[in-house]
Amino acid sequence: MSGEVIVFTIISAMVLFGALGVVSTKNVGHATLYLLITLGSVAGIFILLLAEFLALVQILIYGGAITIVLLFALMLTRVDEFSSIKDAVQRPVAIVVSVLLLGVIITPFLQETLGGQSLTESNLRTLGHELFTKWLIPFEVASLVLLVALIGAIVVGRDD
Amino acid sequence: MTEDLALKYSAVILVTFIGILAIGMMLVANFLLAPKKKTLEKALPFECGIPASPFSWSQIHMRYYIFAILFLIFDVEAVFLLPWILVFMEPITMSPWVFYEMVFFIAILLFGIVYSWKKGMLKWK
Amino acid sequence: MKVIVQLTLVSSAIVAAFIALLFSGQNDIFLKALGASTLFGFLSVVVLAMIWYERKLLARIQMRIGPMRVGPFGILQTIADAIKLVTKEDLIPSETDKTLYWLAPIVVFVPSFVVWTVIPFTPSLVIQEMELGLLFVLACSTLSIVGLIMAGWSSANKYSVLGALRSTAQLISYEIPIIVTALTIAMLADSLNLIEIVKAQSSVAYVLFQPLGLALFFIAALAELGRTPFDIYHAESELVGGPFVEYSGAHWSIFYLAEYFNTFLFATLVSLLFLGGWLGPWLPGIIWLFIKIFIVISIIFWIRGTYPRLRIDQLMEVGWKGLVPLSFANFVLTAVFIYYSWSLWILGFIGIASILLIMFTYKKRKISQPPEIILISSSEVRRV
Repeated sequence: MSGEVIVFTIISAMVLFGALGVVSTKNVGHATLYLLITLGSVAGIFILLLAEFLALVQILIYGGAITIVLLFALMLTRVDEFSSIKDAVQRPVAIVVSVLLLGVIITPFLQETLGGQSLTESNLRTLGHELFTKWLIPFEVASLVLLVALIGAIVVGRDD
Repeated sequence: MTEDLALKYSAVILVTFIGILAIGMMLVANFLLAPKKKTLEKALPFECGIPASPFSWSQIHMRYYIFAILFLIFDVEAVFLLPWILVFMEPITMSPWVFYEMVFFIAILLFGIVYSWKKGMLKWK
Repeated sequence: MKVIVQLTLVSSAIVAAFIALLFSGQNDIFLKALGASTLFGFLSVVVLAMIWYERKLLARIQMRIGPMRVGPFGILQTIADAIKLVTKEDLIPSETDKTLYWLAPIVVFVPSFVVWTVIPFTPSLVIQEMELGLLFVLACSTLSIVGLIMAGWSSANKYSVLGALRSTAQLISYEIPIIVTALTIAMLADSLNLIEIVKAQSSVAYVLFQPLGLALFFIAALAELGRTPFDIYHAESELVGGPFVEYSGAHWSIFYLAEYFNTFLFATLVSLLFLGGWLGPWLPGIIWLFIKIFIVISIIFWIRGTYPRLRIDQLMEVGWKGLVPLSFANFVLTAVFIYYSWSLWILGFIGIASILLIMFTYKKRKISQPPEIILISSSEVRRV
């Protein structure tokens, strides 16, 4: 086993550990901590894939912003008043859905043999060239999507 | 190249490790040196003289969520700015299209700010 | 018990990754470890000196003499304080969430220390030069916000929860101007590498091209550090210390350490991004850098001794209606100047003119009234 594989195994184990923690704990604060472990470890996997920019963006957007939005969204709820509501009813459905989803994700890996491709370090400049020549229109659509999200949040949070 | 990047970030792990070690030493020193006398009063949450009411889940105001969403949106926008600042002057991509594209992009999101300003969402109330 | 098992698992994973790295044939890792340890020692000494200097300077501003008793000019005062903090009982109130309460200081501290991996003191004196160094710094600084929420929430105290929420709202609002202004500088230097950014300033420091950028970055940094006039989340007179109300002993001092690490970090960033870092005539580079950092830190402390605290609604308005649009305007203007290769000196003049204009209009503004407070009983809250 090369060093890369060992590091990959450790990081993946941490991703899974965090992910299992998020869904198994009932304490929101603990779930946040597990989520941080998972998202940080995913950044580690990006590093192994030589995508430095993606790894840092993962930390910036997911580790910082998304976690805070999630926490605030959870703290908006009234847990103590509706403690009688339990998710037990939905569990069988959840299991079926997650197994199906797992199947969907695994299928491409079973059909194609991966490996043998050499990785090249992704440079921020080459990424920029691609983004602003080939993908100019999707990029502009992204700004509209962001605007829609902003207006949506305002509509949801309005007083009247 | 693989080695390079992994090595660079191994330094980050190293520094994390040393940071945790250093404050761990501080916590251990604190554990060894500090007195440990538990009394009922010390275990009470801080209040201004009156007995503290039991803490329960506190529901937060909507405004926090709005600002968090705003932050998320502008954070994502900043990430899109990142590759652009490096390439908009390069000969391969230097065209008025690429330049005004980003100006347009920022204009759209600044419209979002103006909109929420007009709707009174930027007011802390 | 479960918690201890989990913690052991995570920490052993980190240790395993560390050992795997040690045996991957990179022998300068020991050098880096030595460098990082030295860095921690150096930063701790700097923090002790900074606290002493802050107390002395504040005292002089307020016509007092400050610490005098311990050592000459009270120099040993902070060391005595540090010893006191370590020998203080670490109280954990009964209702806290123990795990989060223990871990929150670490989550706040680690990013504030890890950032220093990429901060160069001179071109060679840096633990790890990184191509995306500036992005790394920005990414790490958002991480510690989560630690603040954890601290406030796990303390199970109304003051700390309020402090944590307010601090988060404040920090996320001022993160945007920080990022956009930093990117404006990166655009001028055409690089995100901190060493390259400083090297690009060898003829002219960017403060002359970006006076508005410096003003925005500095104000946002003050808010990001929770320093006066933006120290709303400590707000001793209202929130009795914000997220850290319940903390004592070593845990509290870790927060304090992280805060001063960050103060020093932002002073260093201002020096690197705007003031030309280690560049300067006659003296060796590192001395120039420290002179610049010293000046920036002195201004931060001077502001603390001079300005009253803003109200939270004013703070959010200054952030979202002032700094965010201005930083984007500055970004676009700089981009236009670079694209059409107009003289950047004109940009500097526009920056100074706009600062003067903003100061003038800000003085004439209509002062916003505090939000109306309606007192309702808890039973009514449930019904609403």
